[in-house]
Amino acid sequence: MAGQQGEKLVEMDDICISFGGVHAVDHVSVDLHAGEVVGLLGHNGAGKSTLIKILSGAYKADSGEIRIKGAPVKIENPRDARRHKIETIYQTLALADNLDAASNLFLGRELVTPLGLVDDDAMEAETRRIMAQLNPNFRKFNAPVSALSGGQRQSVAIARAVYFDAQILIMDEPTAALGPHETQMVSELIQRLKAQGIGIFLISHDIHDVMKLCDRASVMKNGKLVGTVDVADVTDDDLLGMIILGKPPKAG
Amino acid sequence: MAHSEIDSAAPAPRRSLLQTLEIDLRLLGMIGAFILVCLVFNVLTDGRFLTPRNIFNLTIQTVSVAIMATGMVFIIVTRHIDLSVGALLATCSAVMAMTQTEILPYLLGLGLGHPLTPWIAIAVGVICGALIGAFHGWLIGYLTIPAFIVTLGGLLVWRNAAWYITSGKTIGPLDDTFQKFGGINGTLGASASWVVGLLALAGALFGLWAARRNKIRHDFPVKPIWAEVVLAGVIGAAILGFVAVLNAYEVPARRLQRLFEMRGEVMPEGFTQSYGLPISVLVLIAIAIVMTLIARRTRFGRYVFATGGNPDAAELSGINTRWLTVKIFALMGVLCAISAVVASARLTNHSNDIGTLDELRVIAAAVIGGTALAGGMGTIHGAILGALIMQSLQSGMAMVGVDAPLQNIVVGAVLVLAVLIDIIYRRRTGAA
Ligand SMILES: Nc1ncnc2c1ncn2[C@@H]1O[C@H](COP(=O)(O)OP(=O)(O)O)[C@@H](O)[C@H]1O
Ligand SMILES: [Mg+2]
Repeated sequence: MAGQQGEKLVEMDDICISFGGVHAVDHVSVDLHAGEVVGLLGHNGAGKSTLIKILSGAYKADSGEIRIKGAPVKIENPRDARRHKIETIYQTLALADNLDAASNLFLGRELVTPLGLVDDDAMEAETRRIMAQLNPNFRKFNAPVSALSGGQRQSVAIARAVYFDAQILIMDEPTAALGPHETQMVSELIQRLKAQGIGIFLISHDIHDVMKLCDRASVMKNGKLVGTVDVADVTDDDLLGMIILGKPPKAG
Repeated sequence: MAHSEIDSAAPAPRRSLLQTLEIDLRLLGMIGAFILVCLVFNVLTDGRFLTPRNIFNLTIQTVSVAIMATGMVFIIVTRHIDLSVGALLATCSAVMAMTQTEILPYLLGLGLGHPLTPWIAIAVGVICGALIGAFHGWLIGYLTIPAFIVTLGGLLVWRNAAWYITSGKTIGPLDDTFQKFGGINGTLGASASWVVGLLALAGALFGLWAARRNKIRHDFPVKPIWAEVVLAGVIGAAILGFVAVLNAYEVPARRLQRLFEMRGEVMPEGFTQSYGLPISVLVLIAIAIVMTLIARRTRFGRYVFATGGNPDAAELSGINTRWLTVKIFALMGVLCAISAVVASARLTNHSNDIGTLDELRVIAAAVIGGTALAGGMGTIHGAILGALIMQSLQSGMAMVGVDAPLQNIVVGAVLVLAVLIDIIYRRRTGAA
């Protein structure tokens, strides 16, 4: 199962960004097709989070081009990214702990009444509806999310991406803080979203996960792209070699 | 995630009375503290503390700090601070005083007592407050200078700008209509106060009913009818009781007599007149309602709390937190200007030291009222209650005859103690 299933959704071309002399991302190019899951692998500090934060509008690249469905776009801030149907589930779970699930789900895109006031009841109703699909056991609709478990918080973050019809989904170590059941749930969700034609960048530490869920994998080391491979063509050890040695596997 | 919510899926434990009523324990604690303060001082002063006259005075003395405290809630919730509110109040007061006593009557030739004078003065003051506040917000949000530094500088700058504008002189007397916002010089009288009280009661009942209807419409759980009735009863008693007390404070007979003599009439035998609700208190109530609405029902308010809870999350959710900072400080400036109207009108003039140390009272009111300095938490009604508790302590001690320095020592200690109690309470209840 080679990666190129659908149309080309994202191309990040020759992206560079540095922080005070540190080349966090150094001439990296990756791409993503509809209905495809691309894994991003690499050690801590390899530049994976920084790369995808450029796509989600949290950072602005020093140079390089982003194309969405072939057209060059400027992504200056998270609002621009959302306009292009890019949704991100951050490694650090970007939730406001003091607000409830519905407020977090709709943060920045609140439903309003005809008078322009925030419509909490409608948002809670929508949240209950989407949660019934994603995580039927979710009950704490009126508690601040600080009162939720890691898995419950993660389901709020995921619900946010799903509710707003993401076409491009970025998941930065979505299972890092989760137990085995919750991890399994996220895996199933990824497969479901992929089947719906959504393109997913999946950052993960777990080579096993990547082998199971991804079509292709891009490996980074010290801010540079080591290479991109079809997961079907490589073994766990090949990927491990790329991560540790920073060299693409020998052809064949 | 499918199997992880064992805790929340377990049957709910029997709900306590307070849970059923859905009353905030913190708020209840504050109301309890306030009542305790009142009762203790009432005993110490042989019943002089809880007289209609003293309650009236307490109320109008609280208004100015309470108005600013509502804005300070937003500032502290977003993890900032504003040390300049007292100085900003002074500058706005100076600008309004000069506008109505010099610029409009003489420079622009409207003459004294022109009907537009107070309104133009207030508009100028509010614009001035908004601009200065927005400027602070720009320095903090866009130039990323810490709010502590910007407003510490502002404290010196605006205190002395006020001095410059007035050459350090007391400016007055202020316009008669303007003075009506001060308290004793502008009250509604008995009947109008009852009308306002009944309207407020109707509004509160409608609010409760609308909230319940909405929940039912969305199939959300609602509290039992008896709980709603109890809540409505308490709110109703509080509103009407407050009006009754203020109405019980009557204009002194000698003052009434003078009023009649000035009009060349004779006061009828047994004539009395109540003060009733002060206009300044109506202003505070209106601001409290608007600010609560902003906090709970507008995007702006939602973003204020989200930013306070997790600035990065807010930013990543597409909220422009810099512009938000400008708006928050501009709002604070507007509230300082409105406080300046009330404070200078109460004194009937602008004095050079108006608003001195108000920054501390305002911050204390917000913090005692439950605004967390770590950000993300705070309520408008809490801050107003905080202002009321502070003012009660101060006036109570003055009535008991505590020396001025000792009064300040006690108030300072109470502030620190209140924060300690809050920290312990939050640790116990697990609300970070
Ligand atoms: N905002 C920032 N300021 C300075 N350095 C940063 C910033 N963000 C990331 N970096 C640096 O960029 C490099 C890549 O980090 P990151 O993208 O988080 O790695 P990964 O997600 O692959 O573990 C690291 O050396 C990190 O210290
Ligand atoms: Mg990372």
